[in-house]
Amino acid sequence: MLLGPSLGLSAVLFSLGVAGVLFRRNAIVIFICIELMLNAVNLSFIAFAQQLGRSGQVIVFFVMAVAAAEAAVGLAIMIAIYRHKDTIDVREINLLRG
Amino acid sequence: MPATVGWVWLVLLFPLAGFLANGAISVLRLDAKRAVTTIGVGALVLSFLVAVAVMAGLAGAPADAPYVLSLWQWMPAGRLEIELALQVDQLSAMMLLVVTGVSMVIHVFSVGYMGEDPGYARYFSYLNLFVFFMLVLVLGANFPVMFVGWEGVGLCSYLLIGFWFENEAFANAGKKAFIMNRIGDVGFLLAMFMIFQAVGTLSFIEVFEYAPRAFAIGGTAITLITLALFVGAIGKSAQIPLYTWLPDAMAGPTPVSALIHAATMVTAGVYMVARANVLFAMAPISSFTVAAVGAITALFAATVALKQWDIKKVLAYSTVSQLGYMFMGVGVGAYAAGIFHLTTHAFFKALLFLGAGSVIHALHHAYHHTHSSEEAQDMRNMGGLRKWMPLTATFMWIATLAIVGVPGFSGFFSKDEILAATFARGHEAAAFYVLWAVGVVTALLTAFYMTRLMIYTFHGPNRSGEKEQQHLHESPWVMTGPLLVLAVLAIVGGLINLPAVLPGSGWLHHWLEPVTELSAAYLPEVHLSHSTEWVLLGFATLVAALGIIGAWRLLKPAALKPAREAPEETGIQKVLLNKWYVDEIYDTLIVRPIMWVSENVLWKVIDKGIIDGFGANGSANLARAMGWLGSRLQTGYLGTYVFLFVLGALILLRVVTGWEL
Amino acid sequence: MWPVIDLGLPGGVALALLPELVLTGCALCLTILVAWRHRSEEDQLLVGYLAAVGLVLTAAVVVVFWVSDVRAGGLESMIALDGFRYLTDLIVLLGALLTVLLSLGYLGRERILVPEYFLLLLYATVGMMFMGGGADLIVIFLGLELMSVSVYVLAGIDRRSVFCAEAALKYFLMGAFASAFLLYGIALIYGFTGTTNLGLIYVQTATWVFQENTMLLIGIGMLLVGFAFKVAAVPFHMWTPDVYDGAPTPITAFMAAAVKAAAFAAMLRVLLEALGPVTVVWTEIVWWLAAITMVVGNLVALAQRNLKRMLAYSSIGHAGYLLTAVASGTDFGAGAFLFYAFAYTIMTMGAFAIVAAAGRRGERDLRVEDLNGLAKRRPWLALAMMVFMLSLLGFPGTAGFIGKWYILSAALEAQNGLLAVVLVSTTVISAGYYLPVIMAMFMKPPASDDAHEHVTVTGAARWVVAATAVVLLVLGVWPGPAMDVAGQGGRDLRPSVMITVSK
Repeated sequence: MLLGPSLGLSAVLFSLGVAGVLFRRNAIVIFICIELMLNAVNLSFIAFAQQLGRSGQVIVFFVMAVAAAEAAVGLAIMIAIYRHKDTIDVREINLLRG
Repeated sequence: MPATVGWVWLVLLFPLAGFLANGAISVLRLDAKRAVTTIGVGALVLSFLVAVAVMAGLAGAPADAPYVLSLWQWMPAGRLEIELALQVDQLSAMMLLVVTGVSMVIHVFSVGYMGEDPGYARYFSYLNLFVFFMLVLVLGANFPVMFVGWEGVGLCSYLLIGFWFENEAFANAGKKAFIMNRIGDVGFLLAMFMIFQAVGTLSFIEVFEYAPRAFAIGGTAITLITLALFVGAIGKSAQIPLYTWLPDAMAGPTPVSALIHAATMVTAGVYMVARANVLFAMAPISSFTVAAVGAITALFAATVALKQWDIKKVLAYSTVSQLGYMFMGVGVGAYAAGIFHLTTHAFFKALLFLGAGSVIHALHHAYHHTHSSEEAQDMRNMGGLRKWMPLTATFMWIATLAIVGVPGFSGFFSKDEILAATFARGHEAAAFYVLWAVGVVTALLTAFYMTRLMIYTFHGPNRSGEKEQQHLHESPWVMTGPLLVLAVLAIVGGLINLPAVLPGSGWLHHWLEPVTELSAAYLPEVHLSHSTEWVLLGFATLVAALGIIGAWRLLKPAALKPAREAPEETGIQKVLLNKWYVDEIYDTLIVRPIMWVSENVLWKVIDKGIIDGFGANGSANLARAMGWLGSRLQTGYLGTYVFLFVLGALILLRVVTGWEL
Repeated sequence: MWPVIDLGLPGGVALALLPELVLTGCALCLTILVAWRHRSEEDQLLVGYLAAVGLVLTAAVVVVFWVSDVRAGGLESMIALDGFRYLTDLIVLLGALLTVLLSLGYLGRERILVPEYFLLLLYATVGMMFMGGGADLIVIFLGLELMSVSVYVLAGIDRRSVFCAEAALKYFLMGAFASAFLLYGIALIYGFTGTTNLGLIYVQTATWVFQENTMLLIGIGMLLVGFAFKVAAVPFHMWTPDVYDGAPTPITAFMAAAVKAAAFAAMLRVLLEALGPVTVVWTEIVWWLAAITMVVGNLVALAQRNLKRMLAYSSIGHAGYLLTAVASGTDFGAGAFLFYAFAYTIMTMGAFAIVAAAGRRGERDLRVEDLNGLAKRRPWLALAMMVFMLSLLGFPGTAGFIGKWYILSAALEAQNGLLAVVLVSTTVISAGYYLPVIMAMFMKPPASDDAHEHVTVTGAARWVVAATAVVLLVLGVWPGPAMDVAGQGGRDLRPSVMITVSK
């Protein structure tokens, strides 16, 4: 498989994820974009693994496990916020500042 | 090392133990006045005795290299190893005696003066701590240890000036002292840094030994270093322009003024220059600066002292002026003379302050009995006190004669030696003659204002009030005893360094030679013929006499009114009374503009109710303004945070790839 | 001859991981315990005590390892066996232990009944131990994630407080975001060198001509971004004030001290062990990060009136000082880091302990003025707080001064003179917010007659405060042995370059 284009795609996906985190308001969507970033990195791991051996693919498993744990925790936190403020729009959430 | 010299660490231990013990008593609010007195004074007595033993040990041993007692290694980090080491040599032993001796006497005086103060234990603990740090300063074998002592005495000065800190003005005086000291300290630190960069070590013995090889004589490096050191000295020893804290420091208890602001802490700058004599001798420009600043300060302060009404303020400005003399001495290369004047000054200035303390104590007592709220320190409320306080008056006259430089008293010899040394260098540069002339005029003014002080306080009619007079009396022996001791010293103190024309001359000069000989190579050979010396001596006497007689004839104490009825001053007298408006100038030129900027920038924040005043420190407000700006950046919105994050990441990536992206 | 563990054998790896296994075992046992006992405050206290015991046990194991100087043998190693790991473990365990002790009283007062709190602390500590001891990028990443996820939850543990929830959300979102950057960096480095093992990466970067390789450079950059977030370097620090402000005070202390120390340890390990040959690339970046962080952290702290927020910004400033140690790029700097991390952990824990004690239940806004006159009512607490403030300031006589001196020496030795100047200047500025605390305690009168009635420090927390203050003072005047130990730990960070074939 072509390494170059794969890496390019990975970079594009990563950047899209970053853009999403920057510009979206809904906390869940922000988190989805973060997941997008993580999966973009997974893509590059796999691309590299083609050239360098299977350890890259094994790493992807680890990353997926971590991402799942993060998702669980993150959604729980969002529920907690929702219970207090009835919204998960990050523009509404700024009690802590200064 | 002679046995007794090895005991020198005990000198430090006793005051430190005293501080801890009395501190504990103070914090725990124990009612143990007797114990506090015993511990506080006892610690100093023991210290003094050990100091004498150390001096004796040193005197008996052959005068070879200074003895360095290394206590422990503080920080071996990298190239720099800082040792907590004490150096016992002729200079530090001399200072040791002066500090412990005068401190001991003042401690005894304090027992009487502060006897009724509720903060008695706290006072003695701070005082002991101060002595500890002063001794660390004097005994340090390297710059860092000296700096620790330097900072420590500054801290104690702050604590003691603001001793009655419930009074806001007094607390502010303490802050002013601390801040001005800090500004000077930057100079000290810079100098230390530069020395380390050039020589690679900070221990005195090594620095002074390597200095000739590391620096070019008169070169930029050594000049900058010594100027930086002198900046530190300016702050600590209250020379122009960092002197305004000293008169304000009179807010503290009078024994504190005597000890810290006359005899010891303020002399630290002089000690430091004397200690680093090699460095200063190698930098003639700096040395001259030292002498010139000293001379100008001496004159300036003397003019202000002419018109002050507060007895302590007169003495404060007198101290600034005399310190100027000391710097003049070490600036022209007469290090021994500077130390000599330091010693005699310690005696007679402490005596003057303690005597003034006695007087203030008596007046307070009197006003307390008559429930009057008059100002106890204003000379316009005094007068004719020698009738009720003959002993104090006598002792203070002795001190006055000493400071004025009447032949036979200690001040005469020390002041004369400085002036002679300055005069002697005149043939290499006319500027030195100018300095000498400034010194002479200052001597005249000194005679005048000191006589004025004595006349207004002890002679003439009494202005305290009829009823008050009944309560005026001499202080108890615990307070007049120390005065006696100091008076004796003020008389015989001159014997330690008689001028060359008299037999038995120059003992101190010879004693200090092992310390000052290193610099002798860089200083011009000075020689005054005997006849010139006699002429100078005679001239000095004449000037002193003129001052005293002039004051006696010109001033009319009878025409004075008590403070509250006193008329407004006008003209030049007003300028002098207001200290040439220096404080006001500082305020307008420096403090106000900074405060204006920050107030207008911070205006919006008042809406949020966050502002907190920071006192007179305008630069702090500026930093706060910048901090406020940064705080505004913290909007609380996640979006802002992520944006700055990404921005930072992009910049970082650009930098790391060398602009290749 | 030191004991050698052959890491080629599975048994060897298990033995090398003994400290982590012990702690994980304790945590798992406690998890089961909590399943039964989670109803009352006594249960929570029990879990807390047991957690403390577990931490002490683990620390004992680490000490045994350290004292016997266990080394690694064999070829591949995912876990390091060196002084740096042991010292980092001890610092982190100490931080966790102090947090547990502080929490015992705090949770009761705030009526937070979540026994899982202590479990999460233990798991976070396990993660931190992996961060400090990992010899493989993935191990470090996993440790970092384990720690982070646990702390995300801990930051939001008080469900009744909206501030707590907000803090947790911000921390989570930004943390996950930064982890993605970190991971991308790891991926690129993996792609360039073909391995994630720190030692092997060292070999690779030493032999390849890297100047032309953009991938490695970008990888290093992303890695630094990820780490910079975790250690709260400017401009990646913006989460810190809000999260520290909103989280429960013991967790703030934990984050400020242990988490930061672990993150730095991981950063140092990666930068020195793996990227040692390319110091030229990253020291400049870290230099800038350090300088800007010190300046911004200390300046903005001046504008804070809320004590917790002020301490948050102060910790950003301290991150700057630690970055100065990292920026030197030498093992001397690593030694300075170890010493300062230890001192910093202690003083931060102590300061937050007092902040926790001085607050009331549910009180959000503890200001400097609220400490007015504390010296009159609680002289010992005020004295301890003074020690902490002076140590944070770097006043001579305290461990903080020695630490800063050590860092300054490292910086000067690495020719970072300007950075040293910035460090000293910002330290002077920091006096502007540390000293008012001391002045408020000692020189201002209390706000009212019963102003400090509620300020009590009970049982365990009392020991925390006392012990930390004493240690700071002792280290301040007698730092020699500690500095030697730290220096040795720093030197151990040299990669064990092994002659081996990469996969």
